[in-house]
Amino acid sequence: MEQNEDIRLMKGNEAMAEAAIQAGMDAYFGYPITPQSEVLEYLTREMPNRNFLALQAESEVASINMVYGAAGAGARVMTSSSSPGWSLMQEGVSYIASAQLPCLLVNVNRGGPGLGTIQPSQGDYFQATKGGGHGDYRLLVLAPNSVQEMADFVFLGFELADKYRNPVLMLSDGAIGQMMEKVVFHKREINKIPKPWATTGKTPDRERSIITSLFIQPEKMEKVNLELLKKYDEIEKNEVRYEEIMTDDADYLLVAYGLSARISHKVVLLARERGLKVGLLRPITLWPFPAGVLNKLADKVKGMLVVELNAGQMIEDVKLAVNGKVKVEHYGRMGGIIPSPEDVEENFEKFIKTL
Amino acid sequence: MLNEEIIIAGFGGQGVLSMGQTLGYAAMVEGKNVSWMPSYGPEMRGGTANCITIVSDSTISSPIVSRFDTGILLNQPSMEKFESRIKPGGIIVYESTNILHASERKDIGIYAIPAADAANKLNNVKVANMILLGAFLEKKPIISLDGVMEALKKVLPERYHNLLPINRQALEAGAELMRQAS
Repeated sequence: MEQNEDIRLMKGNEAMAEAAIQAGMDAYFGYPITPQSEVLEYLTREMPNRNFLALQAESEVASINMVYGAAGAGARVMTSSSSPGWSLMQEGVSYIASAQLPCLLVNVNRGGPGLGTIQPSQGDYFQATKGGGHGDYRLLVLAPNSVQEMADFVFLGFELADKYRNPVLMLSDGAIGQMMEKVVFHKREINKIPKPWATTGKTPDRERSIITSLFIQPEKMEKVNLELLKKYDEIEKNEVRYEEIMTDDADYLLVAYGLSARISHKVVLLARERGLKVGLLRPITLWPFPAGVLNKLADKVKGMLVVELNAGQMIEDVKLAVNGKVKVEHYGRMGGIIPSPEDVEENFEKFIKTL
Repeated sequence: MLNEEIIIAGFGGQGVLSMGQTLGYAAMVEGKNVSWMPSYGPEMRGGTANCITIVSDSTISSPIVSRFDTGILLNQPSMEKFESRIKPGGIIVYESTNILHASERKDIGIYAIPAADAANKLNNVKVANMILLGAFLEKKPIISLDGVMEALKKVLPERYHNLLPINRQALEAGAELMRQAS
């Protein structure tokens, strides 16, 4: 092990919490819910010795509004929850998006709808990428597929949030949150950019900072809408992230994110052992969606199978990206059931027989 | 190239999850890739627990697999659930004080380790899991016992470091039982 590297075996939830502290998080507000309660536990344990605030609020609604307030005051701030709790936060998320405040939000997805199950799921894709709250807004959505990325995307998430003055959502799932893997924490410089817009008390040398999500005159509201659109265009231009695995010579493509991408990676290896040239495209940003690369890959593969732990959600974005060039189908399990690589491989082979 | 996919399963309280964690930690200390996926759902709350631990020289693709190179099984329900999921040529190491009906498969290696009895002889029933781990590592030396001890030093809070010697004894007792069983 190198001296300047800190290597640990951690749960995804713990790695996320540790990364938040190392990223210079000022405050965390949250309410416990399985399968991500380790975040608040870890932060509460570390708080006495390190410089940040972790507070258990009385509910998720309170948590997100505390995030709203702290972000408005210029703090580097975060909350995390799991599906039912994340639903409760949506009103606040819409307000934060409207007021253009940077913050990091995390949903460790469990099975639904309703209270559902505590097992892993990707059933919240629509809610994450199409706006869970009201109004025309976008979250920048990062989808980690390992414990390492649960840590890395905290650093990235805070940076992107500050850069665009936009809430960033990390969409994980119960398996990535609960499992342990090796995680490396590199020594890094933490850059916090100035936030002259924050409400930190007016001084004679500057204008008043106002943070609001209420624009009662339609003309003013539309101006804000247009400003947001411009920002979203910029994000779509600059921030698309994805990983390609063995796509160079691929006849067929799997498309999957998060835990499904880990399973699908194994499917690629199993199928290649059987002589089938399969590749994997893993969206890392779910919004902005890597539509461009999928459209290009559609020119060379015979078909795409979208693997998700849901009833078929990301497949809609894949179909839009591919625009009818090749056949796109979905395979998924729901309710917290995780398909084995062999299950997926069997369904993949059924799929390619239909091409 | 090493890629060992292991299922460890038994009742809650038998040290199933901590055995996987110790193995994972030791593998990491020795520079390998590792993933540890616990059951955390209703089955765990109903009394049984399991974890999938994967140790590999290369990047680990899926942390969740349905077929295993090794099963370390600590109770009868686990034997029934997982015996058919061991790959041909794989092994089962099982706790033979608890499990009366072992797998009868001929295409895998099956090793009976009376770990609970042996732990009683060491005057600490809680080290039965380390006895099974020692037995497994004797059969498949994917990491060294020194590596495991190094891991235990990190995993155990300092106030329990007086228990390190008995864990070492347990690992060695397990290795000896495996030599007798083979």
